[in-house]
Amino acid sequence: MTSILPLSVRDLGFTIAGHEVIQGVSLDLAAGSRTVVLGPNGAGKSVLLRLLHGLLQPTGGTLRWAAADARRHQAMVFQRPVMLRRSALANIRFALDVAGAKGETDARARLALDRVGLGPLAERPARVLSGGEQQRLALARAWALQPQVLFLDEPTASLDPAATRAVEDVIVAMHQAGATIVMTTHDIGQARRLATDLLFLHQGRLIEATPAEAFFAQPRSAEAAAFIRGELLW
Amino acid sequence: MQDILQSLGLAFNLMWRLDPNLVAIATLSLKVSGGAVLLAAVLALPFGAWLALARFPGRDAVIAVLNGMMGLPPVVVGLLVYLLLSRAGPLGPLGLLFTPAAMSIAQAILIFPIIAALARQVIEDAWDEYREQLLSLNATRWQCAEALLWDMRFSLSTSVLAGFGRAVAEVGAVMIVGGNIDGVTRVMTTAIALETSKGDLPLALALGLVLIFLVVCINFAAQAVKSYARRRHG
Repeated sequence: MTSILPLSVRDLGFTIAGHEVIQGVSLDLAAGSRTVVLGPNGAGKSVLLRLLHGLLQPTGGTLRWAAADARRHQAMVFQRPVMLRRSALANIRFALDVAGAKGETDARARLALDRVGLGPLAERPARVLSGGEQQRLALARAWALQPQVLFLDEPTASLDPAATRAVEDVIVAMHQAGATIVMTTHDIGQARRLATDLLFLHQGRLIEATPAEAFFAQPRSAEAAAFIRGELLW
Repeated sequence: MQDILQSLGLAFNLMWRLDPNLVAIATLSLKVSGGAVLLAAVLALPFGAWLALARFPGRDAVIAVLNGMMGLPPVVVGLLVYLLLSRAGPLGPLGLLFTPAAMSIAQAILIFPIIAALARQVIEDAWDEYREQLLSLNATRWQCAEALLWDMRFSLSTSVLAGFGRAVAEVGAVMIVGGNIDGVTRVMTTAIALETSKGDLPLALALGLVLIFLVVCINFAAQAVKSYARRRHG
């Protein structure tokens, strides 16, 4: 399978109703990283993620994947998981069917559920699962698709610490299985735990793009330094 | 007052004995309106889903017309179907006029806008919630529509039952295209109209009570389906 990475983004912009939500963002995304998009609320993190994933069309700049048909090799997990009114297993099977997966879809779906620890809940209606379980199910659904790149938009923003831990464990496991991770968070602790690379976004602009260690040890911008210190940015 | 009480007593007697005439008329009503609902739902649900997801110039006008047609006058629909099916009409050779099939067709036309408009609303509301997730999974428009129709099945069953309620209770259309022929096309509403004008109040009242009973039952069923669904599927 050819890799869709690296992704090359140049001067990306997104303007809606005269408001520049994202402006002049250039970045390169290499295979194998766990990239965290960090920044205060309203920085444009979610919009950037949707632009990269293709849910939004940029109003300026270019976005180039290394291989054609890149969309088929990406998956995204949203802040609030959207589950169909059917069993947990059937939700994953639906994703596989839509992706055109042939043959062993049932086995693949069950394997994905087992990996996130939801095997025993396979036949439960997905919408009555707890928030944390639904988010793990969303991860299992993404995992079953075997994406090269997994986007996550604030995947733990509405979860308690235990559920957050479980979700983070799955993210790390998916990364170890070969997926490149790109996730947004406004939680510095989570960024410290998960990031290998960091994109710091502020008011729609990419302020810093550095390895995580360097970012936390010595942020180059005043905004990032203030954000790490826990000051309020707007 | 004495007359009404006496008629009520006779009406209950008819129902208690399962009077063959009463049963035959009620059964035909159910068959005709059941057929109408089946026909209308098969066409209206996909149409409503398509209209919910489609974006084209003039869409708002189509929705406005569809909503407006929810209040189609039954006699006018009856007249149009009559003209279509009459000997000299374009569908005259089918020989459907004054048959239960013609009555089903007329009722189906009458309730198509009801089911389609309600379905459009339900699916469009759901689409707001599901859109990003389904598009992220690379679902085609048709796959989205299919998934939403199935996911909203409990809400949609209410729209279908609303259509049934309207069909079984209308009198103008079936009177014109059915002709109220005894034992062939006489349904509850046309029988009530006829028996009332003949002065046979007990049969008219009995039929009226059965009709009300049916409509109430349908609403109970709709309620039961909904609360079951909420408990089972969230």
